[in-house]
Amino acid sequence: MIKLDKVSKKFGTGVFGLSDVSLNVDKGEFVFLVGSTGAGKTTIFRLLIRDTLPTEGNILVNGWDVVNLPKNKIPTLRKNVGVVFQDLKLLLDRTVFENVLLPLEVAGASAEEAVKIVESALGLVGLTEHKDKFPIQLSGGEVQRVAIARALVLSPEILLADEPTGNLDAATSWEIVKLLSDINKRGTTVVMATHNRDVIKSLGKRIIHIEKGKIVDEEKAKKVSEKHHENKDEKGKLSEAKSSSAEEEKE
Amino acid sequence: MNFTKTAWKNIRRSPYQALAAILIMTLTFLAISFFTFLLVGSSKVINYFESKPQVTAFFRNEASQEDINKLENQLQATGKIASIKFVSKNDALKIYREQNANDPLLLDLVTADVLPASFEISTVKIEDMGAISNMLNKSAIVSDVIYQKDVVSTLTTWTSAIRKIGIILVILLSLVSIFIMATIIGIKISQKKEDIEIMKLIGATNWYIRWPFLTEGILYGVIGAVVGWSIATAGLLYASPFLESFLKGIPVLPASNIDLLTLLGLEIAFAVFLGAVSSFVAVLRYSK
Repeated sequence: MIKLDKVSKKFGTGVFGLSDVSLNVDKGEFVFLVGSTGAGKTTIFRLLIRDTLPTEGNILVNGWDVVNLPKNKIPTLRKNVGVVFQDLKLLLDRTVFENVLLPLEVAGASAEEAVKIVESALGLVGLTEHKDKFPIQLSGGEVQRVAIARALVLSPEILLADEPTGNLDAATSWEIVKLLSDINKRGTTVVMATHNRDVIKSLGKRIIHIEKGKIVDEEKAKKVSEKHHENKDEKGKLSEAKSSSAEEEKE
Repeated sequence: MNFTKTAWKNIRRSPYQALAAILIMTLTFLAISFFTFLLVGSSKVINYFESKPQVTAFFRNEASQEDINKLENQLQATGKIASIKFVSKNDALKIYREQNANDPLLLDLVTADVLPASFEISTVKIEDMGAISNMLNKSAIVSDVIYQKDVVSTLTTWTSAIRKIGIILVILLSLVSIFIMATIIGIKISQKKEDIEIMKLIGATNWYIRWPFLTEGILYGVIGAVVGWSIATAGLLYASPFLESFLKGIPVLPASNIDLLTLLGLEIAFAVFLGAVSSFVAVLRYSK
């Protein structure tokens, strides 16, 4: 589904953002891209949607040769890869509903159909009651979910989420990860970049570590026995998260 | 359409920029309408003079009908003649009588013999009048040649001057309006840079982003054309009574509604062109 073959990206300053990175993500997988800030996670995402070109190497996304993609095909690629940007990139002068509608508008979907899709996406992320609010009127977790809903409306086969739990408290982070995991269960390939080790440990998914532009080691999620243990733990954390978030809302 | 909606929203949210764009377009089309009226009017005046018998050649008394016919053939052979009318001595007397109907003393004094026979000649082009009158002057049977050389040549000079000034002014104003509109739309594009970037990352094609700006430019142009034309037309209708008495029976006014609407149609077409060109310049300049 996603394949990076010896990809290097050198920035104008001469610094390597990525050097000799090769990785493979299969269809339907959920992969964590882990590394500290500046390690190159965002650069990988930018390469995948051809927001920038690699200095060397080849990139395949859903069968497209991204590096040699003709310019007029770039919009098509981007419509097929949903992205939750690190800085969300929501339009602040549009309501939640209009923001989520945007990709459908851009893709030229019929108004009637678009409204239905947006409503179901908002339902999925649990924002139906906030649909007429503007992004600044929402909490951090809520705007994050707006961004996720927007990334989903075109039913992409691949969802890239860049630090979707970046500024969130533990409980809200868990909700977001749970949501992404649900989306993954529906068949969407999900790649999530994060530096939040608590979030990834217990989910038992593949983790790709990246440091200073290089893949350090690729560890399959903990051994089966550990995984079982962690899963229990996760459930415990989740219920805890739910109750705490419910309390927050009451306040 | 969606693009029109987006364009309209853009206009509503920055009324001063929209006003500046519409005003410069209005000014351009006001000038275009004004000079069109002036040029159409003056060419109608010239047409009027051109269709009038402009050269009058009086014959000597001894001129025979044969000589006169020969001269007529010569004149026709030049190909410059629109019409020749022979006015015999009796015809001349008739005209004289009509003109002086209320002065019996003058009527008694004059008989057909006193008055000369003449040709009333109109040329196809006003410029040919000089050549024709030279030709007539050389003829042995012609005693005298008169034509309204001064009126017509002054008129022609003025018309061509007006045409030149008009064309230069319209070109300048069109350029100015293209630059001003391109700047205004460029500012708007810069203001929406972030939005545009986001839309592109989501998968918007270049044209999806360009269309609202193009629509906006075209809309400014069309509004400017309609307003400019309306002001010029209202001015023309208001001034018509005064102009009609000034022109003393030369059939220039009133302007036909069909002509005015044709002008509006052409102006709108030109406005669409100007608007599209200027916003396209802005789109290419400000959004890579």
